[in-house]
Amino acid sequence: MAQKSKAIVINENDNVATATVPLKIGTTVSLTTQGLSEKIKLLSSIPMGHKFALVAIPRGSDVIKYGEAIGQTTAPIAKGEHVHVHNVIGHRGRKECA
Amino acid sequence: MEFMGYRRADGKVAVRNHVLVIPSVVCSQGAAEAITRNVKGTVYLPNVFGCAQVGPDREQTKRSLVGFGTNPNVYAVLVVGNGCETIGAKELAGAIQSSDKRVEYIEIQDEGGTKKTIARGRKIVKEMLADAAKVQRRPIPVSELILGTECGGSDYTSGLGSNPSVGAASDLMVEAGGTVILSETTELIGAEHLLARRARTSEIGKQVLDLIAWWEKEAIRTGQDIRGANPAPGNIAGGITTLEEKSLGCIYKGGTTTLEEVIPYAFAPSKRGLILMDTPGHDIDQLTGMMAGGCQIAVFTTGRGTPTGSPIAPVIKISANAETCRKMRDNIDINVSQVVQGKETVKAAGKRIFEEIVAVASGKLTKAEKLGQRDFSIFKIGLNF
Repeated sequence: MAQKSKAIVINENDNVATATVPLKIGTTVSLTTQGLSEKIKLLSSIPMGHKFALVAIPRGSDVIKYGEAIGQTTAPIAKGEHVHVHNVIGHRGRKECA
Repeated sequence: MEFMGYRRADGKVAVRNHVLVIPSVVCSQGAAEAITRNVKGTVYLPNVFGCAQVGPDREQTKRSLVGFGTNPNVYAVLVVGNGCETIGAKELAGAIQSSDKRVEYIEIQDEGGTKKTIARGRKIVKEMLADAAKVQRRPIPVSELILGTECGGSDYTSGLGSNPSVGAASDLMVEAGGTVILSETTELIGAEHLLARRARTSEIGKQVLDLIAWWEKEAIRTGQDIRGANPAPGNIAGGITTLEEKSLGCIYKGGTTTLEEVIPYAFAPSKRGLILMDTPGHDIDQLTGMMAGGCQIAVFTTGRGTPTGSPIAPVIKISANAETCRKMRDNIDINVSQVVQGKETVKAAGKRIFEEIVAVASGKLTKAEKLGQRDFSIFKIGLNF
């Protein structure tokens, strides 16, 4: 887990990080993922507690947080972009999922 | 490890010593409230059901009300009925009686109106209080506690800070020989495979998966979409995107120990260790189910902040959201925001929570208790007819 960073990557398999402070568009965030230090330039402003992509995630791919799939992308997401309800849909609890 | 609690005649242990007034039906709720008004040591349940109920719905409401009466935190019970309701005062009192405590019942129709009912009721609860005052706290092993866990008003800090910290406290409780209840079945959707993997037997693991399948099927049957309610709008504003994400954060509360048993709503665990109770995600329905199942104390994590408390048991409020801890100082008991900031380990926060559980079990009042927050609602599973 990144210590005293502006964002946290919870599991080494995650493809998103969580902002622990509000982050402005254009900010470069330093964090640790898979044991390596990485710098990510934000393409969107990220409200506190919201997620941004650590890597480019193609449309229709799993979003991974806590090391598990939390949903699927409904649009391609670029590295450093806001990841939330506008570009991710849950697989579960949906009436169309019988 | 020990706490200072009450030992009941039937061997069960308590952390509080309430005289409880139960309205058997919504019609007698006003009289029940009036009986307890300004009478320190008494509490009542704001029960809005109890009439025109049939089948499993009637049984679940009755079981929940009886479970509050039999909870060891309750020293004595007065049931107040109207007189013509489906779940009568005599029936409820009779079902609670078996638990070796003083139980009385009165009915508004029989007493001759509200004023006479209140006067008689106040006389009875004052007698009960005089007896309750004679009971002393004594050292009792922590292993006899049933700890309820719950999260409400979740945001990103719940999954990152408060739920893992409660999980560490849950592990300490189970290590001490105690019992921990995990619930909120709908908020396990997307994380059930992780819990099923930890089940004592493959049969218990299958029960976990079957429960989740039932809830999803039930949502589909009604033509509804769970996502309309879960994640809630506040969850989404707080950064939670999907139900799976919420569930994965939620499940941390159960710690890392083996799942010993799956029980239905408002049933008592028959084993010690980690237990899953089947409840909705609705905070108060869930809290009510756990207390009716004999849980004496609960921990409740929140990100956005909630005021929740129970009429009969202390509810310790924990948040890892520094802003919420500051803004809702009168509601939040434990601040674990330093976990999210990387300045306190989950293990250290878990130890602090465990120590607070022992202190509160020994008599320290929670903020919800000081505020007189007494939430109660039964998970209703059928229509009123």
